[in-house]
Amino acid sequence: MADEVRAPEATTTTEAPQRSGPRDRDRERGGRPGGGREGGRKYFRRKKVCKFCVEKIEAINYKDVRLLAQFVAESGKIVPRRLTGVCTPHQRRLSSAIKQARNIALLPFAGRAM
Amino acid sequence: MKRTYELMFIVRPDMPEEEMSKLISTLESSVSSAGGTVKSEVWGKRRLAYTVRRFHDGIFVLLTVEGGGAIIHELERRLRVTEPVIKFITVRIDEEQKRLDKIKKIRESRKKTSTAPAVTPEAASEPAATPAH
Repeated sequence: MADEVRAPEATTTTEAPQRSGPRDRDRERGGRPGGGREGGRKYFRRKKVCKFCVEKIEAINYKDVRLLAQFVAESGKIVPRRLTGVCTPHQRRLSSAIKQARNIALLPFAGRAM
Repeated sequence: MKRTYELMFIVRPDMPEEEMSKLISTLESSVSSAGGTVKSEVWGKRRLAYTVRRFHDGIFVLLTVEGGGAIIHELERRLRVTEPVIKFITVRIDEEQKRLDKIKKIRESRKKTSTAPAVTPEAASEPAATPAH
């Protein structure tokens, strides 16, 4: 058994090394490049950090429009946190601040595009 | 009882200054007569993000009120009735202030503990260094 595993040229009877051979090759070819592409898109994305955590900005006020406008798209929509990299508690405070700013006409509900 | 509120309202842009200062002083007096303190800040004319009652600009005024909820109720009632005021929003800020003060305290206490005892980091690094050597 061990000799047959070490010498893969002996491709006569045992099925286990034959099965594992093509499987390994397929995994190597199809697995790595495909996994590399999908891993880059789905998982990490340059490891974005939360701007508020880094700069230690604690007070997210509805009044500072310049800060809030960075997290609002051109259409006026709030940008999701997977794109901006903001952490969850800050994203919650940010979105409520944006909604308050919209109510007092500091930010638009809908931009001109959409 | 000491709740802090921020009341921001927008006045139509074609309103003369004396009328506006009169309005602000009326609001301030109603607050102080009800037993609260108020600070006012006029932001000036700003462009609105969308058209409100066919106006594109407005004069923004910010009032910081300390007092009970009844004061705010009264202020909002007045603002609703006042014709030149086109929009207002009230935000309660005392809880937020508490949180911010707490965070500041924690940060200051951290700074003090990190700068004052310079001996402890050295003492900690020495036993760590000796096994490495």
